[in-house]
Amino acid sequence: MAAAVLIENLRKSYGNVQAVKDISFTVKPGEIFGLLGPNGAGKTTTIRCLCTLAKPDGGKIEVGGVNAIAFPKAARQRLGYVAQEVAIDKVLTGRELLNLQAALYHLPKGLIKDRVEQLIQVLGLTEYADQKTGNYSGGIRKRLDLAAGLLHQPEVLVLDEPTVGLDIESRMVVWKFLRELREAGTTVLITSHYLEEIDALADRLAILGKGVVIDEGTPSELKDKLGGERITLRIREFTPDEEADRAKQILQSLSFVEEVIINTAQGNSLNLIVKSGESSLSKIEQSLSDVSLPTFSLAQSRPSLDDVYLAATGQTIMDAEMAAASTRDIKKEQKQSMK
Amino acid sequence: MVTTRDVNSALAPNSAISQQTEYKAAPVKDFIQETLALTKRLFIQLQRRPSTLVAGIIQPFMWLVLFGALFSKAPSGLFGNDLSYAKFLAPGIIVFTAFSGALNAGLPVMFDREFGFLNRLLVAPLASRYSIVAASTVYIIALSFIQTAVIISASAILGAGLPGIVGLSAIAFIVFLIVLGVTALSLGLAFALPGHIELIAVIFVTNLPLLFASTALAPLSFMAGWLQVIASLNPLTYAIEPIRYIYGHGDWAINSIVMNTPWVGFSFSGVILVLLTFDTLVLLAIQPLLRRRFA
Repeated sequence: MAAAVLIENLRKSYGNVQAVKDISFTVKPGEIFGLLGPNGAGKTTTIRCLCTLAKPDGGKIEVGGVNAIAFPKAARQRLGYVAQEVAIDKVLTGRELLNLQAALYHLPKGLIKDRVEQLIQVLGLTEYADQKTGNYSGGIRKRLDLAAGLLHQPEVLVLDEPTVGLDIESRMVVWKFLRELREAGTTVLITSHYLEEIDALADRLAILGKGVVIDEGTPSELKDKLGGERITLRIREFTPDEEADRAKQILQSLSFVEEVIINTAQGNSLNLIVKSGESSLSKIEQSLSDVSLPTFSLAQSRPSLDDVYLAATGQTIMDAEMAAASTRDIKKEQKQSMK
Repeated sequence: MVTTRDVNSALAPNSAISQQTEYKAAPVKDFIQETLALTKRLFIQLQRRPSTLVAGIIQPFMWLVLFGALFSKAPSGLFGNDLSYAKFLAPGIIVFTAFSGALNAGLPVMFDREFGFLNRLLVAPLASRYSIVAASTVYIIALSFIQTAVIISASAILGAGLPGIVGLSAIAFIVFLIVLGVTALSLGLAFALPGHIELIAVIFVTNLPLLFASTALAPLSFMAGWLQVIASLNPLTYAIEPIRYIYGHGDWAINSIVMNTPWVGFSFSGVILVLLTFDTLVLLAIQPLLRRRFA
């Protein structure tokens, strides 16, 4: 059986910015696949290439075995796309928008009315369907866009950051719905920079950073691969570089410590990977006080997807997010997306 | 959200169930379906936000009244034998109004681009993306016909008279030709220019200068020599003069000489040919722009 989505060595630049350097991953039919990464990792560009909105500079894209670069129309027919920013015509009612969308996907005339009504019911939009979309809340808008993306029964539904800006309740509605969708056999490809979202929803995922795939697998695979337990240590609230280096050397010499990463973005906090099963917190505190280094805070946790990202890049996703936000030219990106 | 078996099948992909929405390509039928759906959207917008149409009717009405009053003391016979200024002016305002409307046709498309709505259309498997262009053209032409009908009625009340049914059909055809070319031009610009500010700037510098460099307000014989040359190259003039001839001559025919340029006189069929050439040239010129955008 052909992969639902196959992306191989995808490359795409905008001007002199290499948004996607080399991205490859495979989505199997019937699964929820997550693309996790901070803003600026290349998620949206990958999705835009997949949905034929942008032409890649190189690489291969297949949807259900169909070459999406050579046959964009066939790929469009197989894909449903729910963009991050829902673009709706405020003047139309929800039902009118769905009717328009159904015609754009060439549903037979006799079928449109029933199919639109069916999706209005499934997504719980009955009381909103005949109101103008300009009056919709964010959650209702997203539900309308989900309905619009599913009218033509796509093989793969692609969602770009589906719950950004939604309240908790709407987010839960979207999550529940995506699971129902998977039960019904539709493949779901979702991008997100929320760890919990991918952890909770995705059967498998790829972690993206700066235009490349850092790792791919099931959430538990990726976490187990890292192994051990995580300890986050702060010597002071903001630790000077040389103190952090000194502490790193001392901690690395401890038998149960596997790795020490200095997280510069978090005021030089130290992220330790330790062998599971050892009650190591007190030993760490002890060995630091032996060389008269204080302990500001100390916390232990199981590895998370964030640790996978941290291990590969030396940054947490949240920090990468902040760093990316300050260097990004949102206006320029918006211009690019208009082309 | 209800979870029954029926609901689940509504969410299933095409391959999983009865293939009821399976796509069977039928290019012509699909093109018509998508064009009609996109046109319908524009008319729903017009119905719920009628201010453009209202303004589009008030404005030419004001032109008629104000320009009419501006030249009301002009010596009789100045605009041709027994031609009142109202009668002289009406064709100019008809064509100018249609032209302005068509020139603005690209704006909604530009806003769709800027608000991301166009992306919604571009990810859909449209039979041809020219349906986006076709829908705007149908809409603008319908709008122009409504405006033209109102101007003709208003002019009749202001004393310009009313052409016969054949004359009115000929006017409709000429309006169609000028609107087609200018709409295509504006849509081409809407895809080529970076944003709505630039498009508005282009509309701004084209609109009124083309009015004054045509025979809408005054005949060629009133103009400086250089302006006569420009006005004789202006497509608006080729739409205005035959309509003016219809207004002035009940007995017009296809080979009547309807306009005299500094070089040569054009018959009715001659100006139609010029307008058709203008449309063809514009449609050819925007092809590369659209193809690049729609590739």
